[in-house]
Amino acid sequence: MPLLVEVRSFLRNLFSSRRVDGDLDREIHSHLEMLIDENIRAGMPPKEAQRAARIELGGSEQVKEQVREARIGNWLHSVLSDCRYGIRQLRKNPGFAAAAVVTLAVAIGANAVVFSALNALILRPLNVPQAQSLYATERTSDMWSYESYPNYLDLRDRNRSFDGLAAYTISQAGLDTGENPSRAWVVEVSGNYFDVLGIQPYLGRFFHGSDEHGPNSAPYIVLTYAYWHSHFQDDRGVVGRTVQLNKHPFTVVGVAPPEFHGTLLIFSPDLFVPIVDQEQVDGENLLNDRRDRWVMSAMGHLKAGVTPAQAIADLNSIGSYLKKSYPKDEDQMTFSLARPSLVSDITGRPVRAFLAGLMLLAGLILLAACANLGSLFAARAADRSRGVALRLALGASRLRILRQLFTEAMLISLIGGAAGLWGSVVLLHWLSAWRPFPQFPMNVPVNPDANVYGVALLLALASGFLSGAVPVRQVLRTDPYEIVKSGSISRVGRRVTVRDLLLAVQIAICAVLVTSSMVAVRGLARSLHSHFGFEPRNAMLVDTALNMAGYGVDRVPTMQRRMIDAMETIPGVTSVGLVSIPPLHMGWNSSKVFTDETTDLRPSNAAAEAIMYNISPEYFHAAGTALLAGRDFTWHDDKNAPRIAVVNWEFASRIFGSTTDTMGRYYKMPNGTRIQVVGIVEDGKYTANLTEDPQPAMFLPILQSPSNETYLVVRSNRDPQQIAAAMRSKLRDLDAGLPSFIQTWNEEMNGALFASRMATASLGILGVMGAMLSITGIFGMAAYSVTKRLKELGIRMALGAQRKEVLQAALGRAFKLLALGSAAGLLLGIVATRVLAFIVYQATPRDPLVLTGVVVAMGLLGLLATWIPAQRALSIDPAMLLREE
Amino acid sequence: MQAEQTTILQGTLDMLILKSLVAGEMHGLGVSRRIEQLTGGTFSVKPGSLFPALHRMEEEGWISAFWGDSENNRRAKYYRLTKAGRKQLEVETRRWGRISWAIAQALEA
Repeated sequence: MPLLVEVRSFLRNLFSSRRVDGDLDREIHSHLEMLIDENIRAGMPPKEAQRAARIELGGSEQVKEQVREARIGNWLHSVLSDCRYGIRQLRKNPGFAAAAVVTLAVAIGANAVVFSALNALILRPLNVPQAQSLYATERTSDMWSYESYPNYLDLRDRNRSFDGLAAYTISQAGLDTGENPSRAWVVEVSGNYFDVLGIQPYLGRFFHGSDEHGPNSAPYIVLTYAYWHSHFQDDRGVVGRTVQLNKHPFTVVGVAPPEFHGTLLIFSPDLFVPIVDQEQVDGENLLNDRRDRWVMSAMGHLKAGVTPAQAIADLNSIGSYLKKSYPKDEDQMTFSLARPSLVSDITGRPVRAFLAGLMLLAGLILLAACANLGSLFAARAADRSRGVALRLALGASRLRILRQLFTEAMLISLIGGAAGLWGSVVLLHWLSAWRPFPQFPMNVPVNPDANVYGVALLLALASGFLSGAVPVRQVLRTDPYEIVKSGSISRVGRRVTVRDLLLAVQIAICAVLVTSSMVAVRGLARSLHSHFGFEPRNAMLVDTALNMAGYGVDRVPTMQRRMIDAMETIPGVTSVGLVSIPPLHMGWNSSKVFTDETTDLRPSNAAAEAIMYNISPEYFHAAGTALLAGRDFTWHDDKNAPRIAVVNWEFASRIFGSTTDTMGRYYKMPNGTRIQVVGIVEDGKYTANLTEDPQPAMFLPILQSPSNETYLVVRSNRDPQQIAAAMRSKLRDLDAGLPSFIQTWNEEMNGALFASRMATASLGILGVMGAMLSITGIFGMAAYSVTKRLKELGIRMALGAQRKEVLQAALGRAFKLLALGSAAGLLLGIVATRVLAFIVYQATPRDPLVLTGVVVAMGLLGLLATWIPAQRALSIDPAMLLREE
Repeated sequence: MQAEQTTILQGTLDMLILKSLVAGEMHGLGVSRRIEQLTGGTFSVKPGSLFPALHRMEEEGWISAFWGDSENNRRAKYYRLTKAGRKQLEVETRRWGRISWAIAQALEA
């Protein structure tokens, strides 16, 4: 029964509050009347009776407020009325409301976007069962996960720590389903791959370890769901169908579930084939070479109870066994474990570091926004101090007034948070669908999930609380009598206030952002114009991939020669060359090299690890690589001629110790072949990383070291579109079934520049945001200080102060804060950009242009932000101002 | 007499209000005067404590309220003990008995 009464009272208080309040009014009134009656009966004169009654009651509004506070559901009721009041206040001041909401929307949106990326790439476990126990093996020597296939087999069979070890590598193949042959991105996987990962087929079946019976023994294909959906139109009859992969018959046995696209987060392949068919996919057999580390990664679940440290010890003991058994092939081998989702630590670490840094910056932005908003609130609270004082005098508790201010801050941050989240969701959906490289199925799956929404809500609440907390002290110190008596407080504090500190911190944060974005932009600009050791402008690249069109090793050289000849006949083409993999491409070949005097060719005796290119004559011309000494190759440097090479400067100085008498000298390959150096070329950038140090590189004639996966480099002086069309038709004439891919070398370079471009873009956006926040912050403060001191400034002017002096009085403080904050921010920014140097090529803060740039930018920001307040201060008419009083 | 008045002990106001209503329905001023009378003028209840307590107790269902005419023909809000209120009074009385006994023991020791 009592519960029922309570519920009824709750509902009554909530919905018929006016009636309840009227009731209370009348009750208190009748109480007062009765007190008066009582006093009159006791013989007091009527006036005296009334006075005594009022004293005994003690303020009817206070009593009513106390009763209201005792009521059930009072909190909800007052929150609602606070909200109503807050909305009314915001409506009265739409400029302030809009500025605050936009500020927060931008800041919270930025945080949501960055957190989504962090969430998708780092926090969220891989979408496979028991992802937390899934580890990839990794060599400690270079932090790559690459292994050779025989080494993988030994790791798989000899370890006692994993519940099965699976391997995969990424490749491309020509897929012919009866229509046009097209390129497909293939994951070559070990037979146990799906079983180790615990994935169940969506359709049909997967292949298993038991399907592997030696090279090319398992002609099975598993399609990814996306590829099945887009290329087979969800046709369930596809299972059992035979298709041609590089002209070899394969049977489609199944389709993978929709959410599974391999273990790499940002790569969406088309199909899976058994790794034992590697020769048919890649065109040459690499399964028995212990030195060639082409298997991208080996991974598996740790057995229950096995710690990562135990697994590493286990792997290391296999490593020493391999070194003992194959001293010619293997050096000291030690392992570590990595998460498989970002390839390995060498790629994962910078991504993690960068995202963490970005999150930090985004957090700083939000903090700056809160500081900004907080000082706006404080300014408003000061402007409303009369109102606050009046309410205090009328019996409102300070707590109630504070809660009102907090409600307003929360309202703004929730609205801002919702707007920011909406914007970020739009952006994130767009990002998720974005494919930065046309020929590479890379995407960034950053769709927001519950985590992101939760974090955005938390951030909104936290920023509401933070910005609402700024004026608390001010309200607590308000003395109603003083304010009501003397009008507004015109006292101007000379000491440093919290608000000043907030603004300085905020400017410092902004300066950090501006510094780092400028460093990034400068680095990127410089890397775009730096010398790569080749000239990408005016050159086209053709990915020929003869293996996909079924060319065997014997037919490849003739076809390559024919393609070069065909390209040369195109008008406007100045030179044509062939290279196995162009420099700065994703992926490269390398080999250990030995000095000619070395007889024991074990890996630890190697003189260097050199990047290796197989090239045709004329390649250096076509690529724009300068031949510093010696000669280029000719078509006579074939299998019957002595083995020769052209090396780069770094190679010459590292292997021969000098670059002057290198010509004609010999070095050795791991298999003992002696190679004579006939030329030296300039150094360049080779791996897909502009930040690399100079690397030794060797160029071998393609007729002596054949390669069936090659790129044509075509240099011309014509429009790329025109040339591309001509090239396409020439290639079609040669072989209509050739799935070649033509693009300019600059487009191809996007891959190498992707990381630095992304970094620069995100930092640039954050920098602009930081600048915007600073402008509003400085503007708010300057405008406020001018308003507060209008009278003082007017008097100064009336007494004959010059414009300069007025400005100094009005805005000196804002500028002092600006200078202080900028200096601190610049220093911090210089420290922060050390991290940046890992990602953006040539990003250095010790660059006079960057330093002056930051100073000028901050100065401009200050000018921009204080322009309007300064104008206002200068246009003060002292006579008008003084008359107003 | 004023000097001897004491503020009501924390937690005893509800009990005293319930007790004063045992005599019959009463308005706020009546309750206030009745408590003064019951305690021999030791306790006086200020409206700022009395009304919040009355309203809270009404919401808890211990007392019910209605509008009626006062002895001087003024409209006044009257309060009356409910069944739940009587039970609550018993509970509070027992509790108070325990407390005062315990405190007396403590002070004598």
